[in-house]
Amino acid sequence: MNEIEKNLLAQVADLHEIPIGAYNIRRDGEAAGRNSTANIEITSKTDKPGIDIRIKPGTKNESVHIPVIITQSGYGETVYNDFFVGKDADVLIVAGCGIHNSGCDTSQHDGIHAFYLEEGARVRYVEKHYGEGDGTGGRIMNPTTLIYMQKNSYIELETVQIRGVDSTLRITHVEADEGCEVVITERLMTHGKQIADSEMEVDLNGADSRARITSRSVAQDESVQVFRPRVVGNAKCFGHVQCDTIIMGNAKVSSVPEIAANNVEAQLVHEAAIGRIAGDQLLKLMTLGLSKEEAEERIISGFLK
Amino acid sequence: MLSIRGLNYEVETEHGTLGILKNIDLDIETGRFVVITGPNGGGKTSLAKAIMGLVPATAESMTYNGTDIAGLDVTERAKLGISYGFQQPPRFKGMLVTDLLSIAAGRELTDGECCAFLTQVGLCTSDYQGREIDAGLSGGELKRIEIASLLARNASLMIFDEPEAGIDLWSFARLTETFRELHENSESTLIIISHQERIIRLSDEIILISGGEVTMSGPTEEIFPKIMNATVPGCAFLEDRK
Ligand SMILES: Nc1ncnc2c1ncn2[C@@H]1O[C@H](COP(=O)(O)OP(=O)(O)OP(=O)(O)O)[C@@H](O)[C@H]1O
Ligand SMILES: [Mg+2]
Repeated sequence: MNEIEKNLLAQVADLHEIPIGAYNIRRDGEAAGRNSTANIEITSKTDKPGIDIRIKPGTKNESVHIPVIITQSGYGETVYNDFFVGKDADVLIVAGCGIHNSGCDTSQHDGIHAFYLEEGARVRYVEKHYGEGDGTGGRIMNPTTLIYMQKNSYIELETVQIRGVDSTLRITHVEADEGCEVVITERLMTHGKQIADSEMEVDLNGADSRARITSRSVAQDESVQVFRPRVVGNAKCFGHVQCDTIIMGNAKVSSVPEIAANNVEAQLVHEAAIGRIAGDQLLKLMTLGLSKEEAEERIISGFLK
Repeated sequence: MLSIRGLNYEVETEHGTLGILKNIDLDIETGRFVVITGPNGGGKTSLAKAIMGLVPATAESMTYNGTDIAGLDVTERAKLGISYGFQQPPRFKGMLVTDLLSIAAGRELTDGECCAFLTQVGLCTSDYQGREIDAGLSGGELKRIEIASLLARNASLMIFDEPEAGIDLWSFARLTETFRELHENSESTLIIISHQERIIRLSDEIILISGGEVTMSGPTEEIFPKIMNATVPGCAFLEDRK
């Protein structure tokens, strides 16, 4: 691996060396390394690009890393990854995509990830998106995340897109059965002329299912962001959606949280706020010796942490 | 030494120009403990903010330790050693108490160091170190973290704006002790805007501000009895009807 590739891996998966546990590294559409373990089996799909990840029931404290990196300008792909998480397994899954584009053609990664959680399974899923390179070619990432949860399963979905992605359409769909819990935290920063669009639907179908969605974003320069998180309560359930955006420069942001109840015992709440950095926040940090720019940076990095 | 001559601060309102601070002269010697007090709306916060550079006041001259600060912005004044604890501190979503204290100190503080500052304002460290400075903090907690940020900054001039406001009896006792120790053990100049007898009694000097003007100033033992005897005028409308 060259330095550019190593840096991309560090950015999207915090990987500085070969990961411990199961992993699959995809580089410009080709396998650049794979490891299955006794409990986690990774196999290539035969009908389309992508992999199947099978996690045995009861697997605990294991992790799967499946980073994707693209360094060829003009390369585009659609990849299908399916995760089958066995009963009562408890695992960490780290995905992520890094694009280095130093050419003039658009590089694009569309990842379609489906998760099938069996009864009592617990997953923490971390996904980071990162783009870099001084070329004029665009860097596009369109992730689709589909999550199907059986009774009493739990998923924590953490998505981060901090830099360098020109255009993103993010689609997330969750179906939660009885006693399931879904926690989604989204962190997003756009700058320049970037566009980010996040469509999300969480269907709470089973009794005592719960969902918490928190989205925090910063829109700078001329960038555009659209959020449409939707929680549907089809049973006795609890859902909370919160979107918070700091808007700067000439950015445009639209935040449209939606809650829909089809059951009298559904308890759903949404909150959304868009605003600039408050003047007294900047002034407070300036009284501590920071310049206005440093103060802005600290406020943003804290907000997105 | 902080020296101010002819300080004025005006704001434009829908009813015309409003004078908030009127021709204020002030000299505060290095290492002194000065209390600024006076009726609500008298101009105390405005004066503190004018010293910190937070409001666009004008002055014939304003110097700090010989440096002309009138043309300096907030950051530059902070770097010269001036600090100000807000009467109503802002909240920061996502920023941790330890982050704010570290920014104030100008370096990453260890847990032990944060602990020392929080203890001085009566906060139990293990509960607050990892907390966000957001809506989850109570008013009194936020206020005490604000004071701790000034202690962490340890500037040569510390201005506290009603540090007692919203603080419970026990923490208030701890806080007065902190101010007393600070005055005794450090070279810093303390300006505390306060209405509390216990804090006023600790001071070397009192400045009384009312209607945007300094109406009285001098050594505490001289001014304090006068203030205690004065009554605040009531509503003129009711007075007339007596
Ligand atoms: N930006 C502004 N626009 C209009 N009026 C202002 C502005 N800033 C201050 N004032 C007015 O100036 C006066 C002094 O305000 P200031 O906050 O300095 O009072 P204070 O002495 O600190 O009062 P308190 O004891 O209530 O804290 C008040 O009457 C206030 O309403
Ligand atoms: Mg005030």
